[in-house]
Amino acid sequence: MREWQAQDRPLLEVKNVTKRFGGVVANRNISLFVERGTIVGLIGPNGSGKTTLFNSIVGAHPIDEGEIWFDGREISRYRTAQIARMGLMRTFQQTHIFGKMTCIENMLISMPERRRQLRDLFSPGSRADRARAVDLLQFVGLYSKRHHLAGSLSFGQQKLLEFAMALMSEPKMLLLDEPTAGINPTLINGLVDRLRRTNAELGITLLVIEHNMRVIMNLAEYIYCLAHGELLAAGPPEEIRNDQRVIDAYLGAS
Amino acid sequence: MNRRLRHISALTALFAIGLVGPWLMPAYISQFAQLWLFIVLALSWDIMGGQTGYNSFGNIIYFGIGMYASAVAQVGVVWPVADYTAAKGGGTEFVFTAEQIYTGLALGIPLGGLLAMAAAIVFGALLLGMRGHYFAIATLGLAVAIAELAAGWDYIGAGSGMVTPTLPQEIEGPVLFYYLSLALAVLAILFYAWLYSTRFRLAINAIRDDEDKAEALGHHTTRNKMTAWAISALFTGMAGAIYGNLSGFIDPHDIAFNAEIGVWMILMAILGGKGTLWGPIIGAIVFFVSKELFWTYLLGWQRVALGLLIVIIVVFFPEGIMGWVRSRWPHLFAAPHLDGDEGNAAAAATDERKEAANA
Repeated sequence: MREWQAQDRPLLEVKNVTKRFGGVVANRNISLFVERGTIVGLIGPNGSGKTTLFNSIVGAHPIDEGEIWFDGREISRYRTAQIARMGLMRTFQQTHIFGKMTCIENMLISMPERRRQLRDLFSPGSRADRARAVDLLQFVGLYSKRHHLAGSLSFGQQKLLEFAMALMSEPKMLLLDEPTAGINPTLINGLVDRLRRTNAELGITLLVIEHNMRVIMNLAEYIYCLAHGELLAAGPPEEIRNDQRVIDAYLGAS
Repeated sequence: MNRRLRHISALTALFAIGLVGPWLMPAYISQFAQLWLFIVLALSWDIMGGQTGYNSFGNIIYFGIGMYASAVAQVGVVWPVADYTAAKGGGTEFVFTAEQIYTGLALGIPLGGLLAMAAAIVFGALLLGMRGHYFAIATLGLAVAIAELAAGWDYIGAGSGMVTPTLPQEIEGPVLFYYLSLALAVLAILFYAWLYSTRFRLAINAIRDDEDKAEALGHHTTRNKMTAWAISALFTGMAGAIYGNLSGFIDPHDIAFNAEIGVWMILMAILGGKGTLWGPIIGAIVFFVSKELFWTYLLGWQRVALGLLIVIIVVFFPEGIMGWVRSRWPHLFAAPHLDGDEGNAAAAATDERKEAANA
């Protein structure tokens, strides 16, 4: 475990979180933290509790034990929408987009809700918003699809759209659930590059679940590995790569 | 012709027909009044069912509440309501002057709308936590329960209903109620046209398409759903208030909380195309005209004909008339105003030129 100074507490701090579904312990006593401005990876075999942990962090379900701190506040009792308005946003493993709306409409309705008043809802939206929506669609390479219904896009394109929507909402931190799954392999390098630019240029902190080891080892500066709902290992990529416990967990020996 | 111009000319034509209609076909003035109210009902159902994705089978509640509230207010400004309803509408002593009628309507119609709106906020708090079929079934149950309550409440005439104030000689009832219906329909259409040009439409469409995602984005989904249902109830309630007067008699089951009208509002919106502004308007017109024709020329078989029409709609036009038009001529639905680039680049250039001219 790394140590940190009291004055620069990490942006996200998960402390001893346990989540049970009936008799199944999906997360047992998990602690991790993500410092402001970093890219951190979360890996582990299928069923190791990564998505459950994401759901716990964004308030999709209550946790049984532990604390979750985000940006100086304990958020484990907050609801999803409240947490989102604080600037902690997640994307889904299976895409969630607004299928019967055009891409540009999807973008426009992803504006940051936390800076909005009720009266903003009853206005047509500014030109600057639309320009930004178009810019971000360009950033993810969906400019030519901007007037298409989001539901008509391919799975990979929907993922890119969802990523752009997340950026549109100007989060402080993004939780990305397998961003490269289902994306055409030839486009993965471009996506990794965009993730890095998101972090470097927009200053958005990233916590990324990823099965593609090449991607996560390249992208993340620190990696947590879960197995059987418990934290198995944590460290920089080169350390994780050579960790015998991690290798065993992935190969099925234990 | 661009989209906005087409939109405005269609509205102008519709309203112009509305204004001169009664002179062209004076015999059908009450039917046309009903048609305008049906347009309001279809549009108001659609904001929930079409735009927000919450299929309400209970909007008839607001129709009935608006109707009763208005009638009670109209009577109440002159006579004690309990005595009036106890006389079963037969008492000749309850006379209204023209001025009292106008005052009553001016109070009653907005009150009907506002009370329906208040009811929607209460019911919304109870029911809008449910999704999909659960919401639909709950609203259906609520509608049945409210109708029973109204039919058991003596103050508003219980099962024998309530007569709306009898008009004095000098007021021409059908003409008055026609123009009131027209005014409400114009108000409703312009209001919805404006509302759907704002971000609010995107916010409720987001709920329709993926409510979990809307929440994950930090939307105030509950507040948005409540607002949509309250607006829906406001207009439905006002339509009910005028409909009661048009009918002259309010029966709890056959007029106010008439399950058939409750289904018709849904059918009209689906027939025309859910989730569009023009769909419910066109749907209401097509539905109402065919219904009137069936009732006139196919008497005895009118319900069979109407049932067949519904089946044909669902089988051949699952997306409604507007949906069918959209799939055949998609270019009519291009939305340049939503573009962040071409149009705006041109506009920005114009702005710059203006600034240069000023300097």
